[in-house]
Amino acid sequence: MASLETLAKREEKKRKFESGHSLCAGCGLPIAVRTILNSIDGPVVASNATGCLEVATTRFPTSAWNINWIHNAFENAAATISGVESAYRSMKSKGKIDEDIDFIAFAGDGGTYDIGLQSLSGALERGHDFTYVTLDNGAYMNTGIQRSSATPKGASTTTAPAGEEKYGKQEKRKNLTEIVAAHEIPYVGQASISHLQDLADKSEKAINKDGPAFLNVLSTCQLGWRIPPKDAVKVARKGVDTCFWPLYEVDEGEYNITYEPKEKLPVEEWLEPQKRFAALFKTGNEEVIDEIQEDVDKDWEKLQAKVS
Amino acid sequence: MSKDNKDVLTGHQVVANAMRQVDPDVVAAYPITPQSEIVEYFSQYVADGKVDSEVITVESEHSAMSACVGSAAAGARTMTATASQGLALMMEIVYIAASMRTPIVMTVANRALSGPINIHCDHSDSMAARDSGVIQLYGEDAQEAYEFTLMAQRLAESEDVLLPVMVTLDGFTLTHTAQVAELLPDEAVSEFVGEYDARYPLLDVENPTTQGPFDMPDYYFEHKLQQVEAMENVPARFLQVQEEFNDLSGSNYDGLFETYKLDDADYAVVVLGSTAGTAKVVVDELREKGKKVGLLKPWLFRPFPGEGIKDALVDKEAVGILDRSLSFGSSGPLYLEISSALAEEDRKPRLYNYTYGLGGRDIKEDQIADVFEDLANPDLEDKMRYIGARQ
Ligand SMILES: Cc1ncc(C[n+]2csc(CCOP(=O)(O)OP(=O)(O)O)c2C)c(N)n1
Ligand code: SF4
Ligand SMILES: [Mg+2]
Repeated sequence: MASLETLAKREEKKRKFESGHSLCAGCGLPIAVRTILNSIDGPVVASNATGCLEVATTRFPTSAWNINWIHNAFENAAATISGVESAYRSMKSKGKIDEDIDFIAFAGDGGTYDIGLQSLSGALERGHDFTYVTLDNGAYMNTGIQRSSATPKGASTTTAPAGEEKYGKQEKRKNLTEIVAAHEIPYVGQASISHLQDLADKSEKAINKDGPAFLNVLSTCQLGWRIPPKDAVKVARKGVDTCFWPLYEVDEGEYNITYEPKEKLPVEEWLEPQKRFAALFKTGNEEVIDEIQEDVDKDWEKLQAKVS
Repeated sequence: MSKDNKDVLTGHQVVANAMRQVDPDVVAAYPITPQSEIVEYFSQYVADGKVDSEVITVESEHSAMSACVGSAAAGARTMTATASQGLALMMEIVYIAASMRTPIVMTVANRALSGPINIHCDHSDSMAARDSGVIQLYGEDAQEAYEFTLMAQRLAESEDVLLPVMVTLDGFTLTHTAQVAELLPDEAVSEFVGEYDARYPLLDVENPTTQGPFDMPDYYFEHKLQQVEAMENVPARFLQVQEEFNDLSGSNYDGLFETYKLDDADYAVVVLGSTAGTAKVVVDELREKGKKVGLLKPWLFRPFPGEGIKDALVDKEAVGILDRSLSFGSSGPLYLEISSALAEEDRKPRLYNYTYGLGGRDIKEDQIADVFEDLANPDLEDKMRYIGARQ
């Protein structure tokens, strides 16, 4: 595992992603992006879907990106980078360029789980050599915290709010990491902004694979999760320690759990600090928490069974 | 140099050959009738080693245009082809392609838009893109589609243009019928199109750029005005490209629209695409009978060459404008352009709007002859007429 010292050293090099953007304090996005880009040695070209990351880092005429970066639209970060990567392969084979370049796409959960799923699936199947990173903060944050298919059951969002009758989102979230794994690509990793060494290792592996690789990164949103900015990393860590968000990888088809919580915490510890789940703690909703716990337990067992 | 490959070819084959000769770095496309065979032929050329392009067999037209934007921004010469629903699906990204100044050349095999679903020709698909910021060229036959595809490459990549170019040809009428066409030698085309040198390629890793950033009201307007300026540069560039192309091929392109027996005509029709061929036959027949009739066919629809067309039509008695698409609740797109071009004139021809050929409905010579007969009636009521439609 990359040491903390190594991670700190990487920060001293010319940064690929700079400060000066307008992402909120306590936002997980820049933490993830910096860690991932710091793990890439050579030149890299990024595509970025519409969303908080894109809007808050490229307000014209400013940019937080020291790498070649392209934003096309919301649902097409994968298709866009597949065009860039194909251009690279074509021009390289014709001798028009000679550098070795890596390719990466960044998109939110909305830009991936929902509107961008087809574009991602197509690009994975076509086998482009790129890494796709989903920054999963569990809702459409940029447009005002609307529910996505990544929104956890029980969370209150502006389009599935808690009210007199309902506690918030009724449905379990989509398991995108497994959907991507079913594409049988060289590398799939699930990571969190609470575990940066793990994220750095997964990034390195992903980017160094020939062919498509995918990272699903749990990323905090202080506005949407209704947490104090200073607690961002702490809350994300609860997601991992409750096994709501297990850290694992599927490397050439082989499942590895990359971090085993010393003690698997009850799911309340993840839910309770986040005010988006507040309704679950009102009398009458106890069984919803039980259901969430059951879902987490089942998924965790299923995952463990996949590790040979 | 002259053309030396006279052959009988379909519209698909000529466009696929134009693409092969242009030798793009990347083609990203998705199948749809009546376009599919273009990319099928092209893919065969790739499989046979006749061209070195990367073909991205995307999972939708939305991704086709998205990949094209990525590829062109990367600095690669990039082409695509589509029709109808495919163009509608990629429309979001067509606008973005224009705003990002990516010189993508795209063929549109014109087909009616759903619904009802219909695979046959009309211009509702490309007309839906007329405000997208792409340049639009309409071909009358396979030969024009071929030559426009080659010229489009030069036009798109001109330093003071840098815009996508859409080359249209009528679905089935042109795509699926074999016509006599003359292809230029491969080397001549290579020389004509030259190498594409992108100004700010994403693959230039020494000089990082942020492309497609977020604009607030303090910049968006100016960025749009840069597109306006690029469009304004198109007519002069197109004429220059035509001149070079004429030298190369022996063709006689000399303008932004074609006129046929128009100079001394009292009555004229204006029409886009393959129907101009039928209309020319009618003009010939009526001329033989001593009628002073003529035709105007825009090659360029975006930007619209209004000034020149105004001069060509202003002294006519009456003009029939034939639209192959609807703008529900208004007049046809071609009619609106021409009436606006003539709006300031004190003395202008009577203008009449005809809609024809929707969803592949045939238009015959006698129906165009009827239009000319209409035009000769000074008391003709001004209203939309639908040629050959049951009312
Ligand atoms: C086609 C299209 N539909 C809707 C939108 C509006 N939109 C922009 S960003 C966004 C939500 C982004 O959510 P997510 O991908 O989760 O990223 P986040 O902002 O949460 O990081 C939406 C709905 C759009 N830009 N384009
Ligand atoms: S709204 Fe949420 S995701 Fe967006 S910048 Fe703020 S904290 Fe980050
Ligand atoms: Mg989100």
